[in-house]
Amino acid sequence: MISFIAQRIAKAVIVLLALVVLNFFLIRMAPGDPAVVMAGEAGAGDQLFIAQLREKFGLDRPLPVQLFLYVKGILSLDLGFSFRQQMPVSKLILDRLPATLLLTGTAFAISLAFGILFGALAARFAGTWADTAITIAALIFYATPLFWVALMAILLFSVTMDWLPSFGYETVGAGYTGLAHVLDVAAHLILPATTIGLFFMATYARMTRASMLEVNRLDFVKTARAKGLSDAVIQRRHVLRNALLPVVTLAGLQAGTLVGGAVLTETVFAWPGIGRLMYEALLQRDYNLLLGVFVVCSAMVLAFNLITDLVYRSVDPRIEFAS
Amino acid sequence: MTVAVKNLKLALPPGGDRTHAVDDVSFELSAGKILCVVGESGSGKSMCAHALMGLLPDAVTAESGEILFEGKNLVSLSPAEWLALRGRGIAMVFQEPMTALNPLMRIGEQIAEMFEAHGLLTPKERQQKALALIREVGLPDPERAVRAYPHQLSGGQRQRAMIAMALALEPAVLVADEPTTALDVTTQAQILKLIRDLQRRRNMAVMFITHDFGVVAEIADRVVVLQHGKVVEQGTADDVLLRAQHPYSRALLAAVPTLQPPQRASLLDRSKAVEVVGLGKTYVSGGGWFRSERRVQAAKDVSFDIFRGETLGLVGESGSGKSSVARLVMRLIEPDAGSVRIGDVDLTRIGGRALREQRRRIQMVFQDPFASLNPRRKVGNIITDGPIAHGVDPAAARKRAGELLSLVGLNASAMERFPHEFSGGQRQRIGIARALALDPEILVADEAVSALDVSVQAQVLDLLEDLKARLGLSMLFITHDLRVAAQICDRIAVMQHGAIVELKSAALLFAAPEHAYTRELLSAVPGQTLSSKAA
Repeated sequence: MISFIAQRIAKAVIVLLALVVLNFFLIRMAPGDPAVVMAGEAGAGDQLFIAQLREKFGLDRPLPVQLFLYVKGILSLDLGFSFRQQMPVSKLILDRLPATLLLTGTAFAISLAFGILFGALAARFAGTWADTAITIAALIFYATPLFWVALMAILLFSVTMDWLPSFGYETVGAGYTGLAHVLDVAAHLILPATTIGLFFMATYARMTRASMLEVNRLDFVKTARAKGLSDAVIQRRHVLRNALLPVVTLAGLQAGTLVGGAVLTETVFAWPGIGRLMYEALLQRDYNLLLGVFVVCSAMVLAFNLITDLVYRSVDPRIEFAS
Repeated sequence: MTVAVKNLKLALPPGGDRTHAVDDVSFELSAGKILCVVGESGSGKSMCAHALMGLLPDAVTAESGEILFEGKNLVSLSPAEWLALRGRGIAMVFQEPMTALNPLMRIGEQIAEMFEAHGLLTPKERQQKALALIREVGLPDPERAVRAYPHQLSGGQRQRAMIAMALALEPAVLVADEPTTALDVTTQAQILKLIRDLQRRRNMAVMFITHDFGVVAEIADRVVVLQHGKVVEQGTADDVLLRAQHPYSRALLAAVPTLQPPQRASLLDRSKAVEVVGLGKTYVSGGGWFRSERRVQAAKDVSFDIFRGETLGLVGESGSGKSSVARLVMRLIEPDAGSVRIGDVDLTRIGGRALREQRRRIQMVFQDPFASLNPRRKVGNIITDGPIAHGVDPAAARKRAGELLSLVGLNASAMERFPHEFSGGQRQRIGIARALALDPEILVADEAVSALDVSVQAQVLDLLEDLKARLGLSMLFITHDLRVAAQICDRIAVMQHGAIVELKSAALLFAAPEHAYTRELLSAVPGQTLSSKAA
């Protein structure tokens, strides 16, 4: 077990370093030069100023040297310095990370809980109107672009009905503390989390339904019926548990990408998370910040893959730790 | 009398090939007696079993008749009454021990669930009872077996666990639906003995479904023979086995291969069609950066010759390596050592175009007639794919395919149809036609008749024999069934743990088996009392 985790972490570190190198070159292949952008914003376009900026950022050095310095920094957990924001990248990211984790964590929990619930209901009542309703709703949420759902949610719940705040993490300047603050953040969280959650919920509902119907045909379900177990117990204990195995795999793969994948939603709802940080860094050609966000997102994906493997092994005894 | 089935009629949904799965069937189950229900696939025997458990598919309904048990008519039982009855009054053991247990639950929990389902005992007592039951059915190392997951047990052990589960609530009736069909012959003998012992000890009524008259001879007190959902014969075991009246029962009995091989002339003076020398193959699984490897030796120094016109049998239990040897001979997998010579070509030393060129000389017929034909391609394409790949003109290939289909006993119009339109036996004939399309010198038949009903099995064996003689083929015939091997093989090689332990002519092997394992296999073949009684 320990050695399994150790080897998986070792592999993850190697993959991460490879990704860092790849991202480093990808960014530099993209058109646009941060020094030019910054100089332009400062209103000074002359070559000398641009050259000074380049020297200051280390952009005048040969590419391999830049890469070497960057990787060296990463290995000592230093993500570099954002010259645009005049702050260490790690501080910028750490400031934003909790908001993103709160948003995606909530969205993930909503989508898993309700996705499995609705999927199980649809499978249980397969062929009835309840199944049809759930399946059609899932198809609609699955097929609709996230940003459109976000905009419609704002129109309906914020603009028309004025039930929920439409943007931000908390009410600016309200100075809430304690429970009031928690409730304020929760109110801000509902719309963006539900927007993301609906899409993934649709995926899990469809998958749970299909998987349960498949498991229902297996022999051991007949064995369970032959025991005289009630249908509710059979569905819960025998069918659902087996049917969740592919859902766990899918959820694990998506959990990692959720962290970096909330860019659209965070932008629409002005949620101060990593997604929006990445979007801003991209517009400003903030190389170090962008790379830093990439590194963190990649690390999240790798971490969630590892967690998925561990979860999977604990729910499916057929997979054993090779030691 | 414990259960009386009277004039039971089970209706199939409209549009099928017949209106009733079970038509006017009557039989009785008595305490302390085993009733064998025998029939081929589609005879309705499984439907009878499921009707007794209230587990019929939704589409099948009881039209008329009654099933009387403990003063109730089961046909009109409410769902709640079924819940109370299942497992407690009547329990069932299924065919496939590999899939009939929940893979995510420990064996002990699954047995304890029997008590839980009926609200009996405390959780702790349930565990103790589970352990006691596991002891009773003779699972090795009971303390560990209770905590084991199904995949940690062998097929025979899982079937024992299933039986323990079925016995948990001491039911008056045990329904066993082909419980030994998926097991090796030695394991089958053990499970049959277990069921018989337990049934006597507990004075249960047993309904035992099987397609195998050998098994019937081993275990039955009474026998019911079903054909197309109707009872064609019913009586004591001896009556049916020795003095069968109905032509269908007689035909079924006649189709059961016996262990007496027919007289065959020795072919050892002919030239060699295949020469296999020192084949070795070890499967290595696992083994990554840090992981240790797991090794399974599938073939250990395997050597044999097949002479022209000869059928060499390769027999052994599952995991003995016989299928691996077949694949090595075909070079579908790469050997670690050894050579396979066909004429003057060593198949293991060539590659690329030369190998593809040689492949036409050795062709394979697979076990599962349902999985081995591409469901999206017409039979005509399936048969002509090979010849066309080898450069035969498509029109000529199609003409030849038509001839081959009539050679294997099918109509040439089969070319335009898809595999799902054929029965298992017909598909196996298509598989044989496909193999023959390349005019091979050697046919490798990997359990080619194992999935077929006994009457169909006999027909396919006859066909293979006939084709072999007509086309001058040599054959490597892989089977787990010694009775089949006795009927078709000139010589037989017995495999155990990847090695050939005995190789001699069929007549000699059955008359004077030398190796202990061969003897064990032979003594486990069911129905030997039948042939000796009949003789």
